[in-house]
Amino acid sequence: MLLTDLWVDEEEFATRTGWVVKPEGACKAEVCVPLPNDARRDDGRLDVNVLAERLGMPLVRHGNADLWALGPETAVTGRALTSAVAPDLRLPDADGRTFELSSLRGQKVVMVAWASW
Amino acid sequence: MWQELRTELHPKGVEIVTIALDVDAEAARPFIEAANAEHPSLIDQAHIVDALFGIVNVPNGVWIDEDGMIVRPAEAAHPGRNPLTDSFRTMDLSTLEPEIANVLREARKIQTDPDAYVAMLRDWAERGSDSPYAHSPDDVVQRSRMRDLDTATAAAQFELGQHLHRNGDHDAAVPHWCEAHRLDRENWTYKRNAWNFEDPVRQGHTDAYDSSWYEDILEIGAENYYPAITP
Repeated sequence: MLLTDLWVDEEEFATRTGWVVKPEGACKAEVCVPLPNDARRDDGRLDVNVLAERLGMPLVRHGNADLWALGPETAVTGRALTSAVAPDLRLPDADGRTFELSSLRGQKVVMVAWASW
Repeated sequence: MWQELRTELHPKGVEIVTIALDVDAEAARPFIEAANAEHPSLIDQAHIVDALFGIVNVPNGVWIDEDGMIVRPAEAAHPGRNPLTDSFRTMDLSTLEPEIANVLREARKIQTDPDAYVAMLRDWAERGSDSPYAHSPDDVVQRSRMRDLDTATAAAQFELGQHLHRNGDHDAAVPHWCEAHRLDRENWTYKRNAWNFEDPVRQGHTDAYDSSWYEDILEIGAENYYPAITP
């Protein structure tokens, strides 16, 4: 996910990475990784450096600008999937309307990536 | 092509969701409009699904059951024979420019098995969790792609690049995309998206990248372009 500040809003972090911060730590589906108490500020913002270290997420900066990208986690399974629970994907259609994958619960879904190139 | 399968399988409780991995969303639009699909057709400019699901090439598919559990992780997903790529197989290459003939010679070696994929999908539509092609949560995680710090860093580099490109600074995007390519050789979505901005369609060698579709297919092997599906 893209960042302009190394304290990230917990809801944004959850939406984009699937990791939700709970009393037991950062959790994705059934998996929880403990976090130190000072990883979360009272205003609900999270310390990106701590998350990066605990979850094995690479943090890449664009030169000296206040622009970073945080990559996906590597610390738990060493696989693209940390859990088989489908992450809550939200993407726009061609008209800019946001679609939530979770709105299809109750049906089988085949998610297919393609491209024009 | 997915719309045909959708018409067949939707009455059995299967929905298709297509996701265009186009940094340039407008490039995807004519295809989406021409498909006139009844299913959701989404656009993922930042390649979020690469990071979340382990997508590395197109077409790649992921199966998710009624409860939101992934039962097959990302893999090559061909809904049927493609008339365009089929035509490569019968074309007379001797009349073409050598550079194009070389590319098509490699493209012919790419292996796909749409019949097997569609047969698995029909079986799952019919039998749900009793289908041998729907896997347990543990197996799904183990079947998903390996991800080390390099491949995760490639995702971050790609995302920075697309952000800079979309904000009008294409030149600043190129070094980040070069890093993404170096760190994750097997992710074709990062490479093809970037090459296409320099040399559309052909994706040949340019000054921007020390790589091209042809050089990379020789290095990685056309037979590995779509790793064989494991039932």
